[in-house]
Amino acid sequence: MTLARDLPMAMILVLALATHVQGAPGSRLWATGGVTTIEGTAGGGLVPWALLSGYASDEEWGGTLALSRAEVDDFTLGFAGVTVNWRNRLELSAGRQTLDLGTLGATLGQDELAQDIFGAKARLAGDVLYGTYGQWSLGLQHKRNRHFTVPSAVGARDESGTDIYLSGSKLFFAALASRNLLVNLTARGTRANQGGLLGFGGDRSRAHELMLEASVALFMNRHWLAGVEYRQKPDNLSFAEEDDWHDLFVAWVPDRRLAVTAAFVDLGGIAGLPDQRGVYLSLQGSF
Amino acid sequence: MTFIRLISGCFLAVLLTACQTPVTGEAGAERDANLYDALGQRAGIEAIVEDLMYLIVDDTRIAFQFRGLDVNRFHSRLSDQICGLAGGPCRYTGRSMAESHQAMAITETQFNALVENLVLALERNGISTAAQNQLLAQLAPMHGDIVAP
Ligand code: HEM
Repeated sequence: MTLARDLPMAMILVLALATHVQGAPGSRLWATGGVTTIEGTAGGGLVPWALLSGYASDEEWGGTLALSRAEVDDFTLGFAGVTVNWRNRLELSAGRQTLDLGTLGATLGQDELAQDIFGAKARLAGDVLYGTYGQWSLGLQHKRNRHFTVPSAVGARDESGTDIYLSGSKLFFAALASRNLLVNLTARGTRANQGGLLGFGGDRSRAHELMLEASVALFMNRHWLAGVEYRQKPDNLSFAEEDDWHDLFVAWVPDRRLAVTAAFVDLGGIAGLPDQRGVYLSLQGSF
Repeated sequence: MTFIRLISGCFLAVLLTACQTPVTGEAGAERDANLYDALGQRAGIEAIVEDLMYLIVDDTRIAFQFRGLDVNRFHSRLSDQICGLAGGPCRYTGRSMAESHQAMAITETQFNALVENLVLALERNGISTAAQNQLLAQLAPMHGDIVAP
């Protein structure tokens, strides 16, 4: 699948589904459902936020469909997934993540690494816009490798694992040049190697470790936001050093049904190939 | 002659600065007279509130809450409130937000719907993003008193 070929189709599909599943997306304000991360939950591109997906408010349900792709130097990271949000209280998500191995694939005798990710995120307290202390959510991401040969060969211990994370998000109105500023902090317990694509646990450590993730986004207006993200990662495999992730993104939210995100991502070294940088593009339809 | 002009000039300047001195608002936030101007002063605010009321009537999520409303009283009180919050020369004389809303069992959905309509009304009146955000910053702390627990 290439981005150029599949993008128009995906866009039509996402929009058609988003407009037909339900009359209108929910009542939460524009862009307050964030976009969809490469792990399928509401957030930025790499970091989950405390927001729940889509626009459902307390009397509504809703959800999202998303398709994302990051093309870095030697790999292509893809994601496709769906979420539902029940009353802005509980978000459930399911999706598939793939890492196209490119040139490395020939050496390893396998084209791609892939995993399925099932997520749940509950809003514990607060509201991102109106809560004095913002909004706090607790989430789980259960990940299962689809092929374990490569992860196992590089020293991963398990083919499935579950991340648990606590996120806080708060929007500060008129905070910077009278623009609204969204701040997100996430603490994640994880033993995933490269997010889980290279399995879980390794020769260095098999236990869950605490990782910190953060992102900040500024709303230029209610259709455009730009921000930065940082995601700390564990380093469980001695075969190759694992780096933290960073990105710089812009999201366009023309209306509640559609969000388009573009980013520069820096995934650091992956499987011994250093400085994996490139462009990320993501489409999200909300219903 | 010049002296008198100078004096009256000073007097005017003093008056203006007095008007623009930030006062501490209901929510303890600083009020800024620039916001009052950015909203088009009293006339601009009244036009925004009027548009908001038209949007509310057409919005099935919340219209029912406003049935039987004393339209004129609501219009003037909400205009007073926004004018005062924006640093304008108005004083809100209505009931507290908790008192006037508590019997309505207002949900988050309804609150969001009203804020959405307010933003649309502000946009229709050509209010800048900066001024919209400054007004929302003043209104956001009222959420706790308006939405039913
Ligand atoms: C930031 C949000 C809001 C602000 C600033 C606001 C402001 C006001 C003000 C100033 C009044 C006049 C009170 C008085 O007459 O003493 C009022 C009354 C009223 N509000 Fe709100 N309000 C907000 C949200 C809502 C919501 C979400 C609803 C329902 C969906 C609502 C429904 C009403 C109704 C029906 C009245 C008339 C009450 C009566 O006359 O008995 N308001 N509001």
